[in-house]
Amino acid sequence: MSSGPHVKRAGGRSTRRLTPYLLIAPAIVLELLIHIVPMLVGVWMSFVGLTQSYIANWSTAPWEGLSSYRLALDFSSPIGNSFLHSFEVTCLYTVLVVGISWTFGMSAALVLHRNFTGRGFFRTLFLVPYAMPIYAGIMTWSFMLQRDNGLVNHVLKSLGVTNGESFWLIGSNAFWSMVVVAIWRSWPFAFLMLLAGLQNIPDDVYDAAAVDGAGVWKQIRYITLPALRPVNLVMILMLFLWTFNDFNTPFVLFGAQPPKSADIISVHIYGASFVNWDFGFGSAMSVILLVFLLVVTGLYLLIFNRRSTRA
Amino acid sequence: MREPLSFKVFRVVVITVLSVFVLVPMWVLITSSVKPLGDVQGKFEWWPSHMTLQPFKDIWSTVPLAKYFLNSLIVCSISMVLSVIVAVFAGYAVSRWTFRGRQVFTTTILSTQMFPGILFLLPLFLIFVNIDKALGFTLLYQTRFGLVITYLTFSLPFAIWMLAGYFDGIPRELDEAARVDGASTIGTLLRVVLPAARPGVIAVAVYSFMTSWGEILFASQMTGPNTQTLSIGLQSYSTQINVYWNQVMAASLVVSLPIVLVFLLLQRFLVAGLTAGAVK
Repeated sequence: MSSGPHVKRAGGRSTRRLTPYLLIAPAIVLELLIHIVPMLVGVWMSFVGLTQSYIANWSTAPWEGLSSYRLALDFSSPIGNSFLHSFEVTCLYTVLVVGISWTFGMSAALVLHRNFTGRGFFRTLFLVPYAMPIYAGIMTWSFMLQRDNGLVNHVLKSLGVTNGESFWLIGSNAFWSMVVVAIWRSWPFAFLMLLAGLQNIPDDVYDAAAVDGAGVWKQIRYITLPALRPVNLVMILMLFLWTFNDFNTPFVLFGAQPPKSADIISVHIYGASFVNWDFGFGSAMSVILLVFLLVVTGLYLLIFNRRSTRA
Repeated sequence: MREPLSFKVFRVVVITVLSVFVLVPMWVLITSSVKPLGDVQGKFEWWPSHMTLQPFKDIWSTVPLAKYFLNSLIVCSISMVLSVIVAVFAGYAVSRWTFRGRQVFTTTILSTQMFPGILFLLPLFLIFVNIDKALGFTLLYQTRFGLVITYLTFSLPFAIWMLAGYFDGIPRELDEAARVDGASTIGTLLRVVLPAARPGVIAVAVYSFMTSWGEILFASQMTGPNTQTLSIGLQSYSTQINVYWNQVMAASLVVSLPIVLVFLLLQRFLVAGLTAGAVK
């Protein structure tokens, strides 16, 4: 990135050096207030015994050192074990949701990039789940997944797959319900990003390949996919982070205490903090989660993106 | 370009499968919102056997929906306007200058976007509760003002990042021409660069509004009976005794419609704006 506007004017050198700082000053003040200070407080909280009676009296809360971390990471104890279990569920959830969302988004983008009748209609239709407020979509699914009056059991029964009496929002089925709902919500984002990426590939590249006799599939394999690499890099990372931190899907489907099979990490921490009112323990788990995400993201960028353009 | 049969088949399969996947919930949402309560509590029906617009009337009295609407509107608008204004200046600085601390600033902005919301919710909750206690009155905890602050945690970094990306795409020659004509920095930004970035600004504003409109995590703890927003308020259609599914669907439809329409109408802007920020 080159330096500012290159207009040289006599004098005012020091004011011009100050200009960018003046411009970002409001952002810096807000960043301090909403991110930096809360994060430091959050780290402090993880070392303190902030149970219910201390939440409104934080100055009197006892220092507990690493005991919350020990509690979370002692996987042989029931509490540590359920934290580990929550992590595992979250990993599986993330892999499934990101993988399938990517596949759906990619297929739709490839198909809708080429001209045919009705293309504009489908392109718009596919964006609707993404445009809807998150909870509206999830509540609709929640209705569809009801045991007695839901669509899912009705369809499964009329197809003869099940007797139509399955519970979808409790037990081990809850996990799969959550995966489907999350995919419904996320894949349009992958589609949107990939479609935009496809539009940035110049047409003459394809024309040249067509002259050389490469068919549609070959073009996809050797031109489209490699050209989409930068888009994929960013999009998959964003999907990964959103899905791994997802709170909305389990919370709207199951409330603050989801079934064990669907106890993904954000809602697990939420439960420890706002159901059991142990903010110290909740903060310790948040910090562990953050460290995990930083390591994964760092490795991901290191492996796939040696040259980043900004930051 | 000729398409082989295999690609045509692929297209039909992809479009069919994904259309069904997308449309079925939308169909359920729409048809269930015009069914009487008895019908949504009984066996599922694809086509409503009795149609009524009553749920659309009832939603306003079963729960204080208008109040939730107003709360959402206030909180989302204020956090949108605040983050866009702050982000215009910050994004311009990041896009046009190299300065000491720039790297730290952009890294912070980028990384806070990926942090889980729960990481900020716990300390903000604690800080709000204790500040209010020290003040002796409720300023932050479960107030609209407090909720706006928590919404800035995600909408501000996003807005800065997107707008910086968008400004990068606007030629510097534009700034330089304005400077030669004697415009100040702020004048250049407001009168020359900002108009050229209008699609980007609109995209950022709409995204910021949409994200806040659908936000659940902060709203679930940072709102009280009088400040509840739609995302939490809509869950009160289910009581201990009854779930008013037809009203849940009608209300979901009513709160979704404006957002979805705006999004679809501005589709072109939004897609361009999103990718300008993200694909760089």
